[in-house]
Amino acid sequence: MSNNLQTFTKGLIKENPILVLLLGCCPTLATTTSAINGMSMGLATTFVLIMSNLVISLLKGFIPDKVRIPCFIVVIASFVTIVQLVMQAYVPDIYETLGLFIPLIVVNCIVLGRAEAFASKNTVFPSILDGAGMGLGFTLALTVLGCVRELLGSGSVFGIGILPETANILLFILPPGAFIALGFMIAIVNQFRKENH
Amino acid sequence: MAKKPSTLINMLVALLVITAVSGGLLGLVYGMTKDTIAEVDQKKNAAAIAEVLGTDENAKLETVSIDDLTYNLAYDAQGDLLGAAVKTYSNAGFSGRIELMVGLLADGTINKVSVLQQSETPGLGANMVNPKFKDQFNGKSPNNGYKLTVTKDGGDVDAITAATISSRAFAEAVKTACDGFEANKSKFMKGENAQ
Repeated sequence: MSNNLQTFTKGLIKENPILVLLLGCCPTLATTTSAINGMSMGLATTFVLIMSNLVISLLKGFIPDKVRIPCFIVVIASFVTIVQLVMQAYVPDIYETLGLFIPLIVVNCIVLGRAEAFASKNTVFPSILDGAGMGLGFTLALTVLGCVRELLGSGSVFGIGILPETANILLFILPPGAFIALGFMIAIVNQFRKENH
Repeated sequence: MAKKPSTLINMLVALLVITAVSGGLLGLVYGMTKDTIAEVDQKKNAAAIAEVLGTDENAKLETVSIDDLTYNLAYDAQGDLLGAAVKTYSNAGFSGRIELMVGLLADGTINKVSVLQQSETPGLGANMVNPKFKDQFNGKSPNNGYKLTVTKDGGDVDAITAATISSRAFAEAVKTACDGFEANKSKFMKGENAQ
């Protein structure tokens, strides 16, 4: 059980896909212009991760080694399309803001990375935990990054105004701000990990 | 469980089964969400038309598509043209396509503009949805010498600070709607004021 717990929690900080493994930086940098966008992107990816890990761990005995990558991609792409259709129908506003980045979850290296490195070698339950942990770690990083950028760039968090308009640093909404904020976050997490060793 | 050897048959069967099941599943989800998606789109469209035209429910609406633009024409009970909500677009924005609904009165005056879709930079170009920018077009008419380009280019449109590209694209989309409406106006007229 403690092993399962570790499978789940390692994705949150110790092996956080963004802050430690530095995987999937493209959607991270592009979609975190506000906290809600970052969180939505994170949750969409989490759903895909859990479902693809689940299905791939079930199918691992059925898929021959030489065609495993195309099989994984088909499974992942199917779940991404499902997320896309559901978001388009029920949360059209968020779907429009995230736009292109939803279909791009297909090629997010975290999803394929977990399928290849974990789900294809483990049983169903640990695979689900791994997907959930990695997904939530990704969501956590994106939400925090989104909060920081939104607060510094537009003076609000989750659309609630905190700072006056004059205090806005526009740079943080733009791409360079994403790199700067992410850099500081990685530095903080590295320091934290060093102290806990 | 042992891995299946990578023989041709095994590979074909695995791929075939996985793609077939995925395809079936997607068809199912598509069927379930199709109606809701269409409904959401339509609702948004109808709301935008009502907003930019400000017409009451007595007005009769007709939809005509010419070139790339969609004209939602509103007629009164006598069949006179009240105005048109023109769905227009520009690809000249900072990121992605900008789609607007421009409400025009029968004489070509801009009544109101509503943004249907944009993915400009938040805090900069995305401010085009704020009344501060888009309401400057209200009541203006290109027929009265109002120039639909930003002040930097010698026009009358005040651009959003630090977002000239987005403002330019917005003005361009509005201009496309106005020009299209003027060019096709005679076709839209019917009833007493038809020429």
